Amino acid sequence: MSGHASTYEPKTGFTKWLDSRLPVVRLAYDSFVDFPTPKNLNYWYTFGGILAVCLMTQILTGVVLAMHYTASVDSAFASVERIMRDVPYGWLIRYIHANGASMFFLAVYIHMFRGLYYGSYKAPREILWILGVVIFLLMMGTAFLGYVLPWGQMSYHGANVITGLIGAVPVVGDSIKAWLMGGPSIGNQTLQRFFSLHYLLPFMIAGVVVLHIWALHVPGNNNPTGVEPRKDPEGLKQDTVPFHPYYTVKDGFAIVVFLIIFAAFVFYMPNVLGHADNYIEANPLVTPAHIVPEWYLLPFYAILRAITFNIGPIDAKLLGVIAMFGSIAILFFLPWLDTSKVKSMRYRPVARQFFFGFVVAGLLLGWCGASNPDDPIIPMGSDKLVVSYEDANGNTASQTYEEYEAAAEFREQKMAEGVDATMTVDKAPAFRFVHLAQLLTLYYFAYFLVILPLLGLRENPKDEPASIHKAVLGHDRAAPAPAE
Amino acid sequence: MSDAQTTPHETIDEDRRDFIHIATAATAVAGAGALAYVFIDQMNAASDTKAASSLDVDVSKVPLGGEIRVLIGGKPFFIRHRTPEEIREAEAVDVSSLRDPQTDDERLVPMQNGELNRAILVTSGSCTHLGCVPVGPAQGNTGDFGGWYCPCHGSHYDTSGRIRRGPAPANLPVPDYNWVSPAVINISL
Repeated sequence: MSGHASTYEPKTGFTKWLDSRLPVVRLAYDSFVDFPTPKNLNYWYTFGGILAVCLMTQILTGVVLAMHYTASVDSAFASVERIMRDVPYGWLIRYIHANGASMFFLAVYIHMFRGLYYGSYKAPREILWILGVVIFLLMMGTAFLGYVLPWGQMSYHGANVITGLIGAVPVVGDSIKAWLMGGPSIGNQTLQRFFSLHYLLPFMIAGVVVLHIWALHVPGNNNPTGVEPRKDPEGLKQDTVPFHPYYTVKDGFAIVVFLIIFAAFVFYMPNVLGHADNYIEANPLVTPAHIVPEWYLLPFYAILRAITFNIGPIDAKLLGVIAMFGSIAILFFLPWLDTSKVKSMRYRPVARQFFFGFVVAGLLLGWCGASNPDDPIIPMGSDKLVVSYEDANGNTASQTYEEYEAAAEFREQKMAEGVDATMTVDKAPAFRFVHLAQLLTLYYFAYFLVILPLLGLRENPKDEPASIHKAVLGHDRAAPAPAE
Repeated sequence: MSDAQTTPHETIDEDRRDFIHIATAATAVAGAGALAYVFIDQMNAASDTKAASSLDVDVSKVPLGGEIRVLIGGKPFFIRHRTPEEIREAEAVDVSSLRDPQTDDERLVPMQNGELNRAILVTSGSCTHLGCVPVGPAQGNTGDFGGWYCPCHGSHYDTSGRIRRGPAPANLPVPDYNWVSPAVINISL
């Protein structure tokens, strides 16, 4: 907490000399050694440290990859293959970078859900949360730009879909799109600027991370009870422990476990999170049959595709884009949308149910994003084959079949009679992925715009513990003490 | 400064100071704007990119019932040689029932002699939904209406390149092109 007095005492002549000129050791000591941290933080609170490791891993491997990569449509794909085959340990560095992006997003999603569950976005941590959303946006931008660089089929056509979204903006959309791409289509000039920006954005993330940690160290950590540590020296001492060694060790242990999982991906299934199509060089004339973004963007992709209807003058395409960006923009307003004064969902039994519903909705949206929107989830009847032809009177007639063989036989028979017959599929009604995605999108927005604002006013939360200390010792309830 | 308040000859002229503040700020804003313009405009299409924006195509080489695909400035275009049956289907559609109403004739450009060459249809190759390249006769899937099918999100186009079903809001646009000779067209972006 910024309120706490610095306890750093320089001991050697050099550190005394340095401390009076640039108190950088003092800053590090007060931030990461003798920083009073709530003593009840669980493992969900280790993901901040894990994310710092992820960012450093991406920057380190990225800087090395940039030494071998060529940002040109003629040689980008080949230069990535050269990294994989010829550059010493290039395969390892690239696989760390590619899987590192996925691990980064895995960690950030857990970190964000942690914040949602324990109410870490509420006063006095609104700025901390907003900076986190800014980092999340920058991460998505960086990941998108980076995915274009290998210049595979999915790189090229994925970028086409995403830049196409900007074209949906009325009036100025097309000029902005041409400006971003630097020409009528995604070409060499686009690849070059994407490479430049992909190198730039991680350092902007690092800058915002510094602000994020600064904003964390002013109010201090939230904790699973959502009850702030007491301010008086005795209470503060009871409720907190110094960051070092308690949380350096806890974070360190979590980082090691996380890196083991990371290594399992890198060494045993380095391509499992990618798409085989991206090992085919980009070809503007052939679109892969199934364009999907990387897994971490799938829920937002599902929201984009869920909007298939127009509302008034706004067409479905623009609405989809608005819904997708809105689903992230809404996070900026979350501190003021949640009206409950109780931070932790531990003491909000009703809100907790909706929260778990929200987590499930997020996962299911990812499933929808990965699937073909027209595929049925729950079929209601089976698809039928309709053979249409012109009958003797010149009217259109048709026969419906369940079996392909019978339909084909009938069509051939008609064709043999000299009658032109066509066969089409009459799709049976079904509950399809697009319908599920629409329901989930509705829940996603309702969670922020209806459930959290209303629940805070109407629900009946449980009693919060008097202090972190009491909660840890199990005296947090007003219930009578058990018989001695 | 305290000197200025005590010496009667050195009074502070507030108007003059305001002028200096406003003039300084205006110069700074103008300078920042002039600099920003350069850094924004460099992102626009470069001259060589703009120069590569038209192409002559010999349409007599397109097989009947098939199509060729060309890239101009990186954008795909379809040149389809339609069969009489496909032309008939395109003309038979009730235009008022279409999402983006256009007759087949409106989607063709007259040759130099003023006649329409209905066999040759030229369209953009980007789905109007999100810019995927639809598949056509060469890929063995022409969708439910005989034209093109976009595999990304399931838009079906008819033999005139008009949107018939799926999420795309508009027909495949007809590019800016003209007939150089009875066999050659010039397409430009």
